[in-house]
Amino acid sequence: MSETVIKCESVYKIFGQNAKKMLEESNGNVDAKTFQERGCIVGVNNASFEVAKGEMLVVMGLSGSGKSTLLRCISRLTDATGGKIFIEGQDLLELNNKELIELRRSKMGMVFQSFALLPHKTVVENIAFPLQIKGTKTEDSINRAMEMVKLVGLDGRENYFPRELSGGQQQRVGIARSLAVEPDIWFLDEPFSALDPLIRKEMQDEFLRLQEKLQKTIMFITHDFDEALKLADRIAIMKDGIIEQLDTPANIVLNPATEYVRKFTEEVPREKVLIIEDVMDASSKDNLGDLKVSKDEIIENVAEKILTQEKLVGVVDSNNNIVGSIKPSKIIDTVFGGRKNGN
Amino acid sequence: MEYLKKYPKLFQWLFLLIVFFALCFAIDVPETYKFIRGQAEFVKDPNQSVYFFLGKEVRYYAFDVFWRLPPLLGWLPIWINDSLFFLMNEWMPMEFWNEDTQEFKTRPLLLEISRNLTSFMTFLIELIREILLGGLETIVAFTSWDFIDAYPWLELPGLPWTIVAAGAAILSYKLSGKGLALFAGLTMIYISIFGQWKPSMQTLSFILVAAPLSFIFGLGLGIAAYKSKRVEKALYPILLVMQTMPQYAVLVPALVLFGVGDHAAVIITMVVAVPPMILLTILGLRAIPPEVIEAGRMSGCTNWQLMFKVLIPTARRDILIGVNQVIMVCFSMAVISAFIGAKGLGFNLLLALNQLNIGLALEAGLCISLIAILLDKMSLAWANKQTDYFGNLTFFQRNKNVIFFAASFVIGIILAYVGTFIFKGSFNYLFEIPHNKGISTADFWNKGVDWIFDTFFVYIKAFNTWLIQDVLQPMRALYLRMPAVATLVLAVGAGYLIGGVRSALVVAALTLFIALSPWWDRALVTLYMATFGVVISCLIGFTVGTLCFQNKKSAAFMLGVCDIFQTFPSFVYLIPVMMLFGITDTSVLIAVIVYATIPATRYTIEGLRSVPVGLHEAATMSGVNKFQRLTKIEFPLAFPHMMLGINQTIVFALFMVIIGAFIGTEDLGQYILKALSDKNGAGIGLTLGICVAFIGLIFDNLIRTWVEKRKKHLGIA
Repeated sequence: MSETVIKCESVYKIFGQNAKKMLEESNGNVDAKTFQERGCIVGVNNASFEVAKGEMLVVMGLSGSGKSTLLRCISRLTDATGGKIFIEGQDLLELNNKELIELRRSKMGMVFQSFALLPHKTVVENIAFPLQIKGTKTEDSINRAMEMVKLVGLDGRENYFPRELSGGQQQRVGIARSLAVEPDIWFLDEPFSALDPLIRKEMQDEFLRLQEKLQKTIMFITHDFDEALKLADRIAIMKDGIIEQLDTPANIVLNPATEYVRKFTEEVPREKVLIIEDVMDASSKDNLGDLKVSKDEIIENVAEKILTQEKLVGVVDSNNNIVGSIKPSKIIDTVFGGRKNGN
Repeated sequence: MEYLKKYPKLFQWLFLLIVFFALCFAIDVPETYKFIRGQAEFVKDPNQSVYFFLGKEVRYYAFDVFWRLPPLLGWLPIWINDSLFFLMNEWMPMEFWNEDTQEFKTRPLLLEISRNLTSFMTFLIELIREILLGGLETIVAFTSWDFIDAYPWLELPGLPWTIVAAGAAILSYKLSGKGLALFAGLTMIYISIFGQWKPSMQTLSFILVAAPLSFIFGLGLGIAAYKSKRVEKALYPILLVMQTMPQYAVLVPALVLFGVGDHAAVIITMVVAVPPMILLTILGLRAIPPEVIEAGRMSGCTNWQLMFKVLIPTARRDILIGVNQVIMVCFSMAVISAFIGAKGLGFNLLLALNQLNIGLALEAGLCISLIAILLDKMSLAWANKQTDYFGNLTFFQRNKNVIFFAASFVIGIILAYVGTFIFKGSFNYLFEIPHNKGISTADFWNKGVDWIFDTFFVYIKAFNTWLIQDVLQPMRALYLRMPAVATLVLAVGAGYLIGGVRSALVVAALTLFIALSPWWDRALVTLYMATFGVVISCLIGFTVGTLCFQNKKSAAFMLGVCDIFQTFPSFVYLIPVMMLFGITDTSVLIAVIVYATIPATRYTIEGLRSVPVGLHEAATMSGVNKFQRLTKIEFPLAFPHMMLGINQTIVFALFMVIIGAFIGTEDLGQYILKALSDKNGAGIGLTLGICVAFIGLIFDNLIRTWVEKRKKHLGIA
């Protein structure tokens, strides 16, 4: 893996009085129930993970699972109660106010669920806002903001006020604003949750397109498992402040670590999520039929072809070298069988 | 019994009323009771009783305690007076350097502070005043009288009215556009040709100092309260009392602390205008969604940037209402503070009212109202102003307003110069139209009033007599007939039934304060006038509001009318009613009704508007007709908000009743007016003010508690 950008070591966030003292007493063994009895609410419980450069980590959880709190700890909108957070090797919790502001001005961008646009500024002013805060000249910041307006496809609406835009358009402004300072790290807090399903899908595609172009390090929060599967390089599933499982989408679907995670995976159409590589047999490369499929192909796209074969189907990598094989019956197993026996 | 179980509250209320009336009938009026009691007047009378408290002698007429409580708080005004005197004249004497005499002088600290504040305020007012009207105090402030004698040409000449008018129009154009520019220009021309220029500019200079200072202090304290719970807790009770304190009442202590004149008026205006600004600032800042604050933080804002670039602009709506309130209060104080020697339109207005010259009063009142509306609109436009980043403008386009102003400046001066030739030997009308030398419509109005009187005298008189004899007098007698104990039981019982023990205690404390002060009877009279006004205002307001709500356009129109009426200083309302009804209680009550109908109407429309559209549709689909929808759906849901309107109506009515003392009523206001000319009046004025404020607060507490409960019950909190 390439260099680590975000690194968390047993991060805790506990709300309430004496939270810090109680955390120290508990020696890292935080039980939400006992804490609640003593008037504290556990937001994030012992979260440790790393995010590599250019990677997109999606944190998935239902409301109250602590996913937004975790994000706010890493952006230091709230101070973590315990643990360590490193941003590009810098200890985030050790930064003083001035350094923190500097870090946010140069490295971080954030998108919010309710868009959080400034109601008194136009689209272009909203986007230019972080630049103007930094002290960029008005003309430069407006020019840069206009580039961003084009990037998110809002040309012609730059002089509109947020209240004159639809939800999807407002979130485009939010995205443009968060990208205006060219941050390395991009936080998105349920950016598409407030949008209609169709607009949401459109925005997801747009988002993937942007990410392909920009290659930011991303932490993306969502409560929508399908969205997580669609976007993520890796997914962290949270429940009651604890990260239940952190893995690639395929591994989560194939090997859910806990009962809670399994519930999410049950309804997932696997053929749409898994690629051939996830289900192929890497050991047997002999007795192959004529058909060859790429290992990066999504199952759904090639299932019909494979199922018409009687022999083993060969799996090739991008250089056309055979890396494994797949039985037609394996496809049926994957799509229908897995659910009954839990695999 | 079933009914009892079904409507327990109803029976509790019934029981309370029965107890109240039983007490009323059981307690007789003592034979020695006279309505006018001498306690506040310090007259010695053999029938009086005397008690001493902290060395203060308090005299009062003893009554049966059930009938009227003895004035156990009678020492309070005397004590406040003595403390003020002590603080001003004896407390903390210190050595201060005196510039004029070039030596150290011993002065009490507070006196020195007050004198410094005074001279600072005077300087600010004079500065603006002399830019507009000319004068030499500002130059003197920087140099000396000797200096100005040596260089007399340094005296500020003042601007010709043409330049000020053009400036106002151009500024309005820059801020908003042609409409406002036209309004500004016409207003200024009107003021000038009607000969109100000088007093108007005096008032304007007063406002231009008082309003920005109030705004800055209010915003600053509001921010402080938003940031620190402790500050908020300390401010809250003061804010609450100041909200319902009649503006009159604070005049007297200010008189003692700061003397007579414009500076005292500015300080007192700030005292009155800052509290609503603070409240609205807090309200606005609290309502900001947390994500907006986080967005600001993530954009890398420093605390300062976060406050001034994110929080305050986002809370703009409420802060603007605050600005509007500040301007409103400033103008109404511009009139009231004429009592303590502020110059300008207010002084002319009071003078005209005193002479019963309705025409002159009307002209002055119109000027005040026009300037008030103009400033209000300008501040609003300023806050909503937009910047255009993309227009590729030439130098001329970018600076056209400056150029236009420069041009009009030159033209104005040339005109003024030419004027010296045209109007040789008389007044230079192109420089300034002197007071009383402009066109005056006063005669026309006065004749109109006379005509109305001559023509409708019989009817007006008949109505007046009927109202006073058959409605007002009996009502007043009924109020005065209430024994103090019965009133207390009623108030406390209502508090308990509405808000439980807590509310009951608060109401008890507030009522007891008034009952134990020497002015219980007066408070009852104030209460009767306010009740009468509020009942009628609410009836009118609810009806008009409901009718206007039926149609979107008329609703918007009515809200606009309310806005404009609210901008008029309260004194202006006295003019037309005095035209019609002369100096009677009827005049006061009609002014009260007109003034207090504004919030009643506004809140009715807003309340009805706030009923969710979904419910409308659901109701329509259930097949209700318009009337059913109104009574079954809209009224019950809008009622909590409408109750808040009643709350405001009560406050407005109380204010107007107190101001009505100027026409001559026998209530608390009369005593406040008396206190103004009493050298020991500070304590009395303040205590009376607190009494009025407490009447307002009793209702405020009851209504707010009820509304909160009701809203929770309806799930619209």
